[in-house]
Amino acid sequence: MTEQDLPALTIADLQSLLRRREVSPREVIEALRARIEVVDAEIGAYLSLDMEAAMKEADKANVDLPLGGVPLAIKDIINVMGQPCTCASKILQGYRAMYDATVIRKLRAAGAIPFGKTNLDEFAMGSSTENSAMKPTRNPWDLSRVPGGSSGGSAAAVAADEAFGALGTDTGGSIRQPAALSGVVGFKPTYGRVSRFGLVAFASSLDQAGPLTKTVRDTALIMNAIAGHDPHDTTALNEPVPDYTAKLGEGLPGIRLGLPKEYLIEGVDAQVKAAIDVSVKQMNSLGAEIVEVSLPATEYAIAVYYILATAEASANLARFDGVRYGYRAENPRDMLDLYGRTREEGFGPEVKRRIILGTYVLSSGYYDAYYLRAQKVRELIRRDFASVFEKVDAIISPTSPVPAFKLGERMADPLQMYLADIFTIAANLAGICGISVPCGFAEVDGHRLPIGLQLLGKALDEARILQIAHAYEQSTDWHKAGPPVAASPQKA
Amino acid sequence: MAKTSDLDVAYVARLARINLTEAEAKVFQKQLDDVLKYVEKLRQADVNDAELAAHALPIFNVFREDASSDWFTAEQALSNAPRKANGLFIVPKVVE
Repeated sequence: MTEQDLPALTIADLQSLLRRREVSPREVIEALRARIEVVDAEIGAYLSLDMEAAMKEADKANVDLPLGGVPLAIKDIINVMGQPCTCASKILQGYRAMYDATVIRKLRAAGAIPFGKTNLDEFAMGSSTENSAMKPTRNPWDLSRVPGGSSGGSAAAVAADEAFGALGTDTGGSIRQPAALSGVVGFKPTYGRVSRFGLVAFASSLDQAGPLTKTVRDTALIMNAIAGHDPHDTTALNEPVPDYTAKLGEGLPGIRLGLPKEYLIEGVDAQVKAAIDVSVKQMNSLGAEIVEVSLPATEYAIAVYYILATAEASANLARFDGVRYGYRAENPRDMLDLYGRTREEGFGPEVKRRIILGTYVLSSGYYDAYYLRAQKVRELIRRDFASVFEKVDAIISPTSPVPAFKLGERMADPLQMYLADIFTIAANLAGICGISVPCGFAEVDGHRLPIGLQLLGKALDEARILQIAHAYEQSTDWHKAGPPVAASPQKA
Repeated sequence: MAKTSDLDVAYVARLARINLTEAEAKVFQKQLDDVLKYVEKLRQADVNDAELAAHALPIFNVFREDASSDWFTAEQALSNAPRKANGLFIVPKVVE
C-alpha cells in the first residue's frame, strides 16, 4: 500500500490498516492532502481545509476508537469549532464557528478527524451546488455536469477519493440526490435521529444530518457515532441507538419491498428507469418479495415542501441581519438601511427568492391558503407512508429522475430545479429515513453518469434499511467503480 | 387560495428586509408566479379530516432541568461581530 493508494480506501478498510499499525493517522492525513492537491482544482469540492489542526489531531489519535484516526469532510453548514462556517454565502464570509455541532462533538468522541468544509448550495437551498456564492463544484464523472446538491461538495469529495466519508444535510434530498448523481452512498436518518444542534437551520422541521460514504458499511459506522439524543435539540429523539452494523450481512429473504406505482412517472429518464427495473429484479432474485404499493399524496410533495421549507427559512434566516455576525453593508444610514442592504448584498438570488416566498405564504390573508393547507397535506403524505409501511419493509424508487445535468442547464428556471427533488422530498415531509445507493450508469455524450437507487424506511428503522441496502450493494459491483478524474490505482 | 398575481414581490421583499433592484424584482416576480401557479395543485387535495402536521413525528413537551450551565462569554459572543466596542454590538443610532 503506497500513500497514493490510501485515499481510495473505504473507511472500514482504512481502519483495518490503522489498527494493524500498517499506516499512521498522520500518513493518512498526508495522503489525503496530496490527493486533494491533485484533484480539487478540477472538482472544487472544498471551501476550506484545516490540515494543520488535522495533523495535530492525527498525532494523538486513538485508532482503536470506533472511528479512530479517520478524517471526515464536513458540509460547510455544520459548525466545527475554529473553522469557517460560510454556508457558501457571502453573508457568512469570515465567520468562524464558536463551538462544535453535536454531530462534530460525537464524531470527535469516536476518534474521527474533521479536516475540511465542503461546498454546498447557499444555505443548502438547491439541487446542484450551483447556488454556492463561492464556486461551483463539478461532477467527478463528467466535469461539465453538476454533482447534485445541496451537499454536492461532500458527494463529489467522496466520489473523487478526496474524502473517506463526509457529513451532509438533507432537507428535501440534499444528501441522497447528490449521492446518486455522484455515484456514492448517501443516507438521511429519521427526523430527530441525529441532533441538529450546530447545523445552521434552513427548515427546522425537515433538516437532518447524515453520512455520504463509499459503502453502506461506512455509513453504518458513521451513524453509530452520530445518532442519539441531545439535550441541546428538543427534537432529537430519546430512543436507544442500535449497532447499525449488526444486521449487515443478513440477506433479503423475508424482506418485502414496495414499488410505488406513482414513482415511475413520465419524466423519468429511460436509462434511469431501466437501471431501477434491473435492480428490482436483482433484489427479487436475492429473495426479497416485491409488492406494488400506492402513495397518492406524494403528488403534492413538492408543492407542500416549497411552502413549508420557504416559510421556515424566512424565519430562520431573519437572524442574518448584519448586527451580531457575518457581513454588514457599508455606511448604513439607519437600521432599516443596514438590514435591507446587508441582506441584498449578502444573500444570493435563490435565498432571496425563498425568503420572499416564505414571507408571503406566512403573511396575513395568505397563511390559511398556503401554510396551513400545506401542513394538512403534509399529514396526508405522512399517512400514505404509514399505511404502506404496514405492508412492506422498504419502498424502492429512483433517487433522482435524471442523471447529473449540465452546469447552468436549470439555473434560469427555479421550478425545473425544484422538480429534481421529486423522489426525495416526501421522505423529509414524513420524517422517515432513506438511502441512495449506486445502481448503475447512464451513458450520456460518451460519459458514464451514476444512477442512484433510493430505499425509504419507516421512522427509526435505519438498521433494516442499511441491511437491505448492504445486501443489494454487495451483490453488485457499482460501488467499486471510480470516476475518470485522476483515477486512483485502487479502482477499476 | 389566492390568485398567484396577488404576490407583490417588491412589497414582500420590504417586509422581509431585503432591498431589491427593479430588475431583480421583475425576474423574481415571474419566477415566483410560476412556483405559486405550481403549488395551486394543493387545492385539489382533500384535507377535510387532516390534522396539522407541524412535525413529522409526535414529540410533546420536552423538558429539561432549569439549571444554569457554562456558555459563551460576552467576548466569545462578540468575536464575529462586524462592529463592536466596550463589550457591545455597535449599530447605527436608532433614537433621535
